[in-house]
Amino acid sequence: MKELIDLFLVFCRIGGFTFGGGYAMLPIIQKEIVEERKWATNEEVMDYYAIGQCTPGVIAVNTATFIGYKRKGIIGGIAATLGVVFPSLIIITIIATFFEHFQDYPIVQNALGGIRVAVVALITSTIVKMWKQSIKNWIGIAFFIFSFLLITFTDLSPVIMIIIGGITGTIINLNKSKKVDAK
Amino acid sequence: MIYFLLFIEFFKIGLFAIGGGLATLPFLQELIEKYHWFSSYDLINMIAISESTPGPIGINTATFVGYKTAGIIGSIIATLGIVTPSIIIIILIAHYYMKFSEHPVVRASLNGIRPVVIGLIAAAGFEVAKIALLSITQFAATGSLLKLFNFKAILLFAILLYFIIKYKKHPILYIIGAGILGIFIKF
Repeated sequence: MKELIDLFLVFCRIGGFTFGGGYAMLPIIQKEIVEERKWATNEEVMDYYAIGQCTPGVIAVNTATFIGYKRKGIIGGIAATLGVVFPSLIIITIIATFFEHFQDYPIVQNALGGIRVAVVALITSTIVKMWKQSIKNWIGIAFFIFSFLLITFTDLSPVIMIIIGGITGTIINLNKSKKVDAK
Repeated sequence: MIYFLLFIEFFKIGLFAIGGGLATLPFLQELIEKYHWFSSYDLINMIAISESTPGPIGINTATFVGYKTAGIIGSIIATLGIVTPSIIIIILIAHYYMKFSEHPVVRASLNGIRPVVIGLIAAAGFEVAKIALLSITQFAATGSLLKLFNFKAILLFAILLYFIIKYKKHPILYIIGAGILGIFIKF
């Protein structure tokens, strides 16, 4: 029970400080889940994110369910998911009741201006850490550059990118390990 | 009855919207035409608020629409509706992922996918950076390259990045700190 409450509370913190899409929660996941609690590795978080991107539903929720399930089975998945949505329920209900045009307040806009800069810096540091662990050769660098450029400058869906990465990765990596075996 | 409808509609959104919060928008637009629970103007306002408050955008919007349609219970029902398909689908996938993630073929494909994921995260970060660190509208209006860069924000970015990598404090600290700083020094 204690572990379920812990799961719920950790994901409450993650949900409560996610400004933007699912990617904005990665720095906090890396800190709380990977580094402090060691509930998952950076590689696993990347896999969850890839799966969350290709399956229906909100990515942040998909990632929370995944980590919760790994930790404590089905109940764990539910506890983590309820945790990640809980702050939204409270905050949005308060805003909807009392502040009709919340986003027009200058103080909100100015705070958000600062927060966005922090989000960019945090994501940059997350990318650096993930890069060190998962990009080991020129093929990885090429995959990274292609996916960044195609997503930024074309309308190609991230799902297609992930499928292409999976198929080419399988072919290249399996050939490589065959060569190693042959030696 | 309204609660049941809300649950079903948001369950459908959770089941069919692939690729995150903004993928839910066309479905919400459809709700307007079908039920008239709220107006297009309401929707634009709700999305703007969802983007400026903490929490995943897709969940914030679901909570908001639920509240607007049927009060506090409505917001809970809509949120539960949108997460239920995720819970079911992800638990099924997670079950097999844990069984097969060490299989050579699965490992090989995941090794190919991870650099792509880092590229996707970088692309998402770049989109925020364009808003946070650049002033594209000012650049378009004046044509001056100096106006393109928001130097104050870029300086804060460099300082924050240095502190994040050097001191490894909790990300929430930097988010709160930068938010407070933003109130006093407009970025």
